[in-house]
Amino acid sequence: MRGQGLAYGLILAVLIAAPLYAPPYELSLLGRFLAFAIAALGISLIWGTAGMLSLGQGVFFALGGYALAMHLKLAGAGAGELPDFMQWSGLDHLPWWWEPFRSPVVTFAAILLLPGIAAALLAFLVFRRRVSGAYFAIITQALALAAATFVISQQQFTGGFNGLTGFSDVFGFALTDSHTQLALYWITLGTLAVTFAGLRWLLSSRFGTLLLAIRDGENRVRFLGYNPLPFKVLAFAIAGILAGVSGALVTLDLGVISPAMFGVVPSIEMVIWVAVGGRASLIGAVLGTLLVNFGKDWVSSAFPDLWLYVVGLAFILVVTLAPSGVVGIAKGWRRPGLSRRTPPVLVE
Amino acid sequence: MSAALLEVDHVTVSYDGFKALDDFSFAMQPGSVHVLIGPNGAGKSTLLDTIIGRVRPTQGRIVFKGENISALPEFRIVQRGICRKFQTPGVLDELSVEANVLVAATRDRRSWRSLTTHRSQSERDRVEEVLDTIGLSAKRALPAAQLAHGERQWLEIGMVVASDSDLLLLDEPAAGMTHREAELTAALIRSLAGRHAFIVIDHDMDFVEQIAAPVSVLHMGRMLAQGTVEDIRINPAVAAVYLGRAVQSV
Repeated sequence: MRGQGLAYGLILAVLIAAPLYAPPYELSLLGRFLAFAIAALGISLIWGTAGMLSLGQGVFFALGGYALAMHLKLAGAGAGELPDFMQWSGLDHLPWWWEPFRSPVVTFAAILLLPGIAAALLAFLVFRRRVSGAYFAIITQALALAAATFVISQQQFTGGFNGLTGFSDVFGFALTDSHTQLALYWITLGTLAVTFAGLRWLLSSRFGTLLLAIRDGENRVRFLGYNPLPFKVLAFAIAGILAGVSGALVTLDLGVISPAMFGVVPSIEMVIWVAVGGRASLIGAVLGTLLVNFGKDWVSSAFPDLWLYVVGLAFILVVTLAPSGVVGIAKGWRRPGLSRRTPPVLVE
Repeated sequence: MSAALLEVDHVTVSYDGFKALDDFSFAMQPGSVHVLIGPNGAGKSTLLDTIIGRVRPTQGRIVFKGENISALPEFRIVQRGICRKFQTPGVLDELSVEANVLVAATRDRRSWRSLTTHRSQSERDRVEEVLDTIGLSAKRALPAAQLAHGERQWLEIGMVVASDSDLLLLDEPAAGMTHREAELTAALIRSLAGRHAFIVIDHDMDFVEQIAAPVSVLHMGRMLAQGTVEDIRINPAVAAVYLGRAVQSV
């Protein structure tokens, strides 16, 4: 346990110091991937621990991302002016639901609350009917598709296919400034570290035990006098909030949020990061996110058409040969014969 | 009758016209032990399913401590003080032996109260006591999946006992156990009688004899006979049912 704490401390130190030694391009990638990892941790919680496979985390990612992007567009447009894309679409006044996002405080709250409430509501409606497993995964997938289609169709309000982009500064700091970029990297890293520690505590609590128990035998848990519903709803809401925070940070980092970043394919990619790293392990989720995304960057620049095949193959190999992912393989080397912690099935 | 712990009041459970329980009535006092036997399909498991809320009565009602529980959600029925061991061992495989018992022993089962790593002294004591009783103290850290079949049965019995419910329903607790293990199980039930009431289903007459409790025989969803093990052994109607002959009269 002590050695583990030391190892985490070391990794954190290496990441904090990254701006000192990493080249600018790699550093900007690292910052973005660490932001992705926050969403991945949420998936590890709901899928790896609680057995709920969501193929629609992009929806919550988008809620966080768009909440921030709306604020940035309004701040950039100046008082009384409409955001540029609305003018191009011929809109003459701001939709009422854009109005609250002028306030930085409301925006900040919305980044946490919108995805959290949406996720809780979805989980409540679906799990109350005792829908689970593959059916749940399909519902979330359909939701991701519907959300992306909706955003594209409402171009005058949402920026449509192009999304929201062209931000100049955030809360008064110029986005292109290198100091802002550096601060953003550390804020991302700090958020990830706090999330990681928080989830570790959560998993060690009785709540974590119950989540595992519910995955193992939901009915058994019910017949031990527990109502599984609030446990699942709370876990799903936490994962939703984490996806939203991730979306906001990535939007800042890339300077854009668009349907291409949260639809069906990106939602599935998030699950692949976690599967590759090891879904039952928090560090696996972070590791998998970094591994797959750096791999994507490398493969895409060397062989532009190959990436989807590579990631598909990686996913198939992990699911069939190493259900506990990279972390499981590493554990298997250290303690042969004890590597089978995660059941090979994707959804229970 | 008012002091009854459990009253099954004219309960009918029918599946597409097939009556698994047919106008069935049954009552038991706090702390008492009852054994249910009967051929396959007699309605024994259906009776336990109906009490615990897994199956809802088509007609009639289940009254527990004076409250009609027929329509309560399963987890509420359990919270009222009934816990069941299922026929196929229902332990939580990925959890350690100790965590299995702890989950069952937790009194406050609300989700927001689980956001803690703290265990109260009384819960810890209860877990220790149960682990001792079922003889799995030394294996507390093992995942339940790694236990032998008999040990899994014991663990689930331990979980049901740990829940400290007033009524414990045991569906074939000795299935797959060695003779010695079955003896110990019967002794455990005898020693806990009084503190808990039990309904035990089993087929093995040796085991039933060791429990030394009143026996009820179910057949086709109805009560065929009630009495001591000896009464049942010499009852011609019971013999006829078990030998597969037609019963002239019930």
